[in-house]
Amino acid sequence: MKTFRVVSQLVRARMVDLLSKNSRIDGRGLLDYREIKVEKGFIGRAAGSAQVSIGSTKVLAGVKVELGEPFPDVPDKGILTVNAELVPLASPAFEPGPPDENAVELARIVDRALRETETVDLKMLCIEPGRKVFVVFVDIYVLDYDGNFIDASSLASIIALSTARIRRFRVEDGKLKYEDGYMPLPIRHIPVTVTLAKPNDGPFIVDPNLEEELSLGNRISISIDELGRICGIQKLEGTLSVDEIFKAISIAKDVAPKLIDIVRRESGLNV
Amino acid sequence: MSSGFVRVDGRLPDQLRPIKMAVGVLDKADGSAYVEQGNTKVLVAVYGPRELHPKHQASLDSAIVRCRYHMAPFSTKERKTPAPSRREVELSKVIKDAVSQAIFLENFPRTSIDIFIEVLEADGGTRCASINACSLALANAGIPLRDLISSVAVGKYRGCIILDLNDEEDEAAEADMPIAMMPSLNMITLLQVNGVLTEEEFKRAFNLAVKGCMEINMIQRETLRSVYASIKGEED
Repeated sequence: MKTFRVVSQLVRARMVDLLSKNSRIDGRGLLDYREIKVEKGFIGRAAGSAQVSIGSTKVLAGVKVELGEPFPDVPDKGILTVNAELVPLASPAFEPGPPDENAVELARIVDRALRETETVDLKMLCIEPGRKVFVVFVDIYVLDYDGNFIDASSLASIIALSTARIRRFRVEDGKLKYEDGYMPLPIRHIPVTVTLAKPNDGPFIVDPNLEEELSLGNRISISIDELGRICGIQKLEGTLSVDEIFKAISIAKDVAPKLIDIVRRESGLNV
Repeated sequence: MSSGFVRVDGRLPDQLRPIKMAVGVLDKADGSAYVEQGNTKVLVAVYGPRELHPKHQASLDSAIVRCRYHMAPFSTKERKTPAPSRREVELSKVIKDAVSQAIFLENFPRTSIDIFIEVLEADGGTRCASINACSLALANAGIPLRDLISSVAVGKYRGCIILDLNDEEDEAAEADMPIAMMPSLNMITLLQVNGVLTEEEFKRAFNLAVKGCMEINMIQRETLRSVYASIKGEED
């Protein structure tokens, strides 16, 4: 991904110089996100959807719920699957074709935070153990890429999930009966992801834009839930010292509640 | 950490599995290594720095690293289809990111360094064993490195923080966390957390992982030293 756009040495030097004075090339504070906008229910045909913009990075997540067979090793649980597409209209660096390693990594970072916290209570989505369960598909579409698609995708996914509505159902003797009206998915937690970057010599910033992402060289994504627990980490490019990693985690824990508040506000979720 | 806690295979919480390492195990590769950690068996070959095809992928001011992590169909409990899974795609990327940090890529512009990893038997910790083997294979290929890279996983298993999880522990673990580092430089090149940990648990786990990496680093060094010391001996 590094080859498609070059950041000039001048911009890079200016960026690092500004960071040493606690400011950033676009005027933000070190721990400030760009403006975050959320448009939920964007796709009528999806059970839930959300378009999240962080600055000019834009991600659309859609949730579809279908019937399927459970995995043999967990016969009494529904299925959650997360897929991400870096669609070619989002960046000159994205090409048509099956998901590349960056798209797979993105999907698995988002998936891990949702799965490990058991955010979707999959037991509630079992109809007939071993035979029939609900399958929840989260599809992430990166539409415009100006850095940090990970945080935007995780935010869009949890908002799409927590605002999703499925037909009200009950289970009678292992048979699925639909009732009138709609119901939410069983959502138990609010995991969000905070991505940080830093130059070799200099402080951490959160929410790197594309220029910062391409220039700073060291990056890490940390997922935190509403209880302040660490529910996923992925070190991305570069290296960090032991102390820097502890520092990154404490910053992520400080910043995450702002993102969690956005999810609460948009979804009305009371967890 | 409760000191009395004994694990499914009888190890203590902070104890590594038995480790075997060898380098130069393949004839045709520029560098190669074989690593066993417990029942996990990994074979790695390094080719390069060599001319890159297709050429448009080349970088004018450095080598590029290409890495394929692949599990043999017979390596797992149930047969794994040979086609690469999403997990293998992700692991190929994170292993590439982890080992590239140690290589003086700027010394080899326009070339590629290709790393092929075959997991022959998987019993937990395959990405860590792979990174340990990659590091040895790169050294065996004579590629200049900033430092060796040593890697191990830690996890939380029944509330206890443990080192170097095997598959049985991994499956039941509340959290697992592979790390890789350049021990002499004290820099982390891979860190993933799968699972849920408090900040305090994370710190304990992380410190245990660093200790594990140091132990593995000693074995890696000893492996290289024994090979190259004996070659030197033959020449004398």
